[in-house]
Amino acid sequence: MIVPVSYYLILAAILFSIGVTGVLVRRNAIIVFMSIELMLNAVNLSFVAMSRALDSLDGQVFVFFVMTVAAAEVAVGLALIVAIFRSLGSADVDDAHVLRG
Amino acid sequence: MTTEALLWTTLLLPLAGVVLNIAVGRSLSRRAVGWLASGAVGAAFLVGLVAVGRLLALPAEERVYLTPPLYTWAVAGGFEVPVQLLFDQLSALMVLVVTGVGFLIHVYSIGYMAGEPADYDFRRYFVYLNLFIFSMLLLVLGANFVLLYVGWELVGLCSYLLISFWYTDPQNAAAGRKAFVVNRVGDFAFALGIFLIWSVFGSVVYQDVFEAAHSVAPAVLTAITLLLFVGCTGKSAQLPLYVWLPDAMAGPTPVSALIHAATMVTAGVYLIARASPLFDAATTTSAVVAWVGVLTALFAATIALVQVDIKRMLAYSTISQLGYMFLGVGVGAYTAAIFHLLTHAFFKALLFLGAGSVMHAMEHGAHHTGEHVNPQDMRLMGGLWSRARWTGMTFLVGAAALAGLPLTSGFFSKDEILAGAFLSGRTLLYGVGALTALLTAFYSFRQFFLVFAGEPRSEAARHAEESPPVMLVPLGVLAVLALGAGLVLGWPPEQGLIHGWLEPAFEVAPKAEGAANPLTLLLVSSVIALAGAGLAYLAYVQRTIDVVALSARFQPLYRLLWNKYYVDELYGLLFVRPFFALARFLADVVDKLVIDGAVNGVATVTAGVHALARRLQTGYVRAYALSMVLGALLVLAYLTYLAQ
Amino acid sequence: MSAQVVFFFVLAVVAVVSALAMVFSRNAVYAVMFMVANFSVVALLYVLLGAPFLAAVQILVYAGAIMVLFLFVVMLMGGEPAPLWEHIPGQRPLALVFGLLLAGGLIAAVNVERLTGVPGVMTQEVLERLGQPTALAQVLFDRYLLPFEITSVLLLIGMIGAVVLAKREKRELAASQASSERRPE
Repeated sequence: MIVPVSYYLILAAILFSIGVTGVLVRRNAIIVFMSIELMLNAVNLSFVAMSRALDSLDGQVFVFFVMTVAAAEVAVGLALIVAIFRSLGSADVDDAHVLRG
Repeated sequence: MTTEALLWTTLLLPLAGVVLNIAVGRSLSRRAVGWLASGAVGAAFLVGLVAVGRLLALPAEERVYLTPPLYTWAVAGGFEVPVQLLFDQLSALMVLVVTGVGFLIHVYSIGYMAGEPADYDFRRYFVYLNLFIFSMLLLVLGANFVLLYVGWELVGLCSYLLISFWYTDPQNAAAGRKAFVVNRVGDFAFALGIFLIWSVFGSVVYQDVFEAAHSVAPAVLTAITLLLFVGCTGKSAQLPLYVWLPDAMAGPTPVSALIHAATMVTAGVYLIARASPLFDAATTTSAVVAWVGVLTALFAATIALVQVDIKRMLAYSTISQLGYMFLGVGVGAYTAAIFHLLTHAFFKALLFLGAGSVMHAMEHGAHHTGEHVNPQDMRLMGGLWSRARWTGMTFLVGAAALAGLPLTSGFFSKDEILAGAFLSGRTLLYGVGALTALLTAFYSFRQFFLVFAGEPRSEAARHAEESPPVMLVPLGVLAVLALGAGLVLGWPPEQGLIHGWLEPAFEVAPKAEGAANPLTLLLVSSVIALAGAGLAYLAYVQRTIDVVALSARFQPLYRLLWNKYYVDELYGLLFVRPFFALARFLADVVDKLVIDGAVNGVATVTAGVHALARRLQTGYVRAYALSMVLGALLVLAYLTYLAQ
Repeated sequence: MSAQVVFFFVLAVVAVVSALAMVFSRNAVYAVMFMVANFSVVALLYVLLGAPFLAAVQILVYAGAIMVLFLFVVMLMGGEPAPLWEHIPGQRPLALVFGLLLAGGLIAAVNVERLTGVPGVMTQEVLERLGQPTALAQVLFDRYLLPFEITSVLLLIGMIGAVVLAKREKRELAASQASSERRPE
């Protein structure tokens, strides 16, 4: 028996939710960033699964692009985190609350 | 020039005076300002005369001219107010009285107000006076009830402005305010009457209303006319809304002469005369009008008996004489009432202007001696006959006309009213009216003797000086009119010139013929007048009747009269005090707490809400992420389940 | 129960466990390691789905490049263990609740046929046909050529941006090196 698509989608949903929780709970900027990558990854998984189910390669092409963009994003994002770390002296996300109303 | 143009010119000339004096008056001399204003009114009089000439050319039954509407002022559904003028015998007479007597008073004022310190105030006086003439002309020329009401209100405004002319004294301001507020009460009823007219007749134009007068239920007609009459009691100072007129003497004397004797206060009589088809059909209201009139006449005459202020006595006298006019229209003797309006304008204006001249004389005398006197206090006068002869002579004519001495104008007009009452079978009304005539004769001559006869009772009176010609000439003109107008216009009774002129204007049911001979009534009136004058002579010249002892004997009655029956105090208790308490309550409680509270409350609530909302801006990225996830959850729920 | 399904479940469990471990680990380096494990498992899942090319790219790019980058930064910043107390009121409980709700909602959405269309029967034949890299390349360089080129520009921008952001003045460099020597490891 072939694994049904819904199983993949459910797995993707779980991974996505874990990523969301990570963003909401953790305060270390690196961990937060990695949780975001986890979310992207989960979406990629669902794309590939659906590309199979719908008999179309567009999903995989999209995953390709997502990966590329994710790479660029990680590079720039980590550079930003480093820069903020240098000026703030801390990698705690909560320490950057200057926009407090 | 078309008649239409003539009429509009008459109306607008005084208004032009107002505008000109406001615009360029600052650079004119005082004489120029005064003569400009007087000239405007005088020119209006002349144009009015030409218009009357046009009317005379028409046969007596058709002497009505209605101008085509200049424009329609207010249009709302079925309600329309065309701006047009009606010129018939009644309005013609009123126009001539207003502009003629008005002209004389304007000229007199140039002298009277000469002592005014500021040029600005001098100019202001003439602007207000011209505005008044314009307003009064609008009142009598308007061809529908709304235009009349506009003029009515405007004259009320001018009255307020002129009563409180010397507004820096709080008493004068209070007097002006009292006049305005009391009038407002009457005007409120008047307005209700107009609303009722419109809702019943569908129009406010005179012709439409009068033509349909007989097809309306009597109860409705009574309601309408009663409401209109309440307005009259306010404007024409009858019971119960007369209380403003004595206080209105705070204004300059020419104002008292013009507005509070000759013209404005007669607007109520004019209204009833104009609406004669309505009042004639509403017999209940007519009875009310007649009784209120005659009772007011008696009431005011009793108060006038004990007055010592020269102007106040004349004010009460005016209230009393207005009562006669209402008695006249109440019994259906419209022509007689208007005749009395005319003669009263002459002799009352004469008396007021004369009083002003007397006051001027007293002030000059006081100037000499350095005394501080009240120039209006008759107890300080006396013996002025030798020092101000012309004033005295003209004043005597006025007093005689007021008393109704035979052959004066007042004699003919007053007698006609009384005859009208008697001949329509209302002998009780006649009786009260005759009694009042006796009192009137008494107090008129009392005043004359107190001021001019005997020995001067103060230094100021001893050094009094006659007034300048610019004040004396109008006195002379008015004296001639007060003396001769009755004979020329009113003889023979019911068939004089004035009857021929006015009677076609009133389409009223012919009066029942009484049993008495009119000449007999004339004789009775003569006796009454002479008796009253004689009593005054005995009391104040010969001192045969000791008035001081009399007043001591009847102390309570005297005190009642002296305090004007305590009416002002009664009104104060019943209306003024509760009203002020209510106003205070509204200001302190409702305004401060409720209204300000609501407004401030909105601000406070907004601030509060904002304080709460501000707590969303934590600055923490993770909190924002939390709300984003919440939003995503909501969208998810919507897409999955709710968007079928 | 075929071998594929068993294999799937094993991989699924490992993926979820490693993800949880990453999110809740105190030590940043451990977290990175767990992430690498997660990516590797997902790559295996791609293989199971018949997308070998993507599996290879996943290992190369994600596990190989991106995670290494993360590791570098972790070393650079010295990942101290995260403090325990939470100073946004209600954040943790709410996060937990929302996470669970999100998972539940997404799973429920999957089971709604209207949203996911095909309920999920994939044939072997489809798997074999679409698994070839050549097929992928054909679509990529034919229909999606423009996005491909733009993405390469994006990468260039990313590179430049990263360099600019991380660049330091010479003086700062010396001071930072001195301070980083003094920092305890």
